[in-house]
Amino acid sequence: MATDRSIPWFKFLSPPAFHQLVDRLVPWLWGGAAVLAVAGLYVGFFVAPPDYQQGNSYRIMFIHVPAAWMGMLIYLLMAMYAIIHLAWRVRLADVMARSLAPTGALMTALALWTGSLWGAPTWGTYWVWDARLTSSLILLFLFLGYLALHAAASDREKGGRAASLLAIVGAVNVPIIYFSVKWWNTLHQGISVTVADAPSMAPSMFSALLLMTFAFWLYAAAVGLRRAQVEALERSGDAEWARRAILGRVTNEPGGTKTGDTMIRGRRG
Amino acid sequence: MWDGIGDFLAMGGHGPWVWGSYGLMAVMIVAEMLLLEHRRRKVYKLVQWRARTARASERFEKRRARV
Repeated sequence: MATDRSIPWFKFLSPPAFHQLVDRLVPWLWGGAAVLAVAGLYVGFFVAPPDYQQGNSYRIMFIHVPAAWMGMLIYLLMAMYAIIHLAWRVRLADVMARSLAPTGALMTALALWTGSLWGAPTWGTYWVWDARLTSSLILLFLFLGYLALHAAASDREKGGRAASLLAIVGAVNVPIIYFSVKWWNTLHQGISVTVADAPSMAPSMFSALLLMTFAFWLYAAAVGLRRAQVEALERSGDAEWARRAILGRVTNEPGGTKTGDTMIRGRRG
Repeated sequence: MWDGIGDFLAMGGHGPWVWGSYGLMAVMIVAEMLLLEHRRRKVYKLVQWRARTARASERFEKRRARV
């Protein structure tokens, strides 16, 4: 029976199951990210040759491009969770969206920083107000605005809903960033990697870029999930499941308090 | 490919930009991980503390009921 083997998605919507899932997944995600990053840096610095025009400054690409991609991808994920949050009132979706935002902001900030340092020797300027750079800066402000709005209301539910709305509306900016190099004249180079076509760069450069991209993905997944786990605990630290998850087994046996922290009375805080 | 460590660090004259990029990225990623771990420990301690106080007040209530 096919249904017997299907993944019980709804099970992971329950906080204790999610908590356990994160504990199990995160070490593998960290490990994978570290291995891929070491491999990517090795290929990027010791196998890939210097660029015939840009020399060695192009090696910034191996972190600039993955960071920029992650910023956009995380934003879209965040907007998707925001839709789920607003449409179905799933609280875990708000936890996920809120947990992705800091990493998305970090990735976007790193993309801007590394882009600026790449632009200096390549274009002769750290910054221009062109379409790609400006829309990326707006993406950073959207992440920060989301976080500020989430924290602004005294009622977390209200703040979360307002922030989700901002996340959804702001999603318009992502395709603008992606296609900005096609739609407007810009200093920024065009799209050199697409799913359909062969990449317009040497294979060793491309493999370093891919390895680093997957490393960033796993890193973001690890940090995002861990932060969601912590956020869920912060929101419901008094719930029975949170105590059970942190302290171990629960007993209702009277007089069983002597054995210390593993004994918790079954009661709601 | 590189002519010793000095050549590697110089990056053909682009060292400051390359290492400025990789350096800040490393610092930010390590900072994010440390901050998150700090936050995790804090909430663990808070939940443990609350469970302990809840247990203590329960014992207190029980003793008072007996008196």
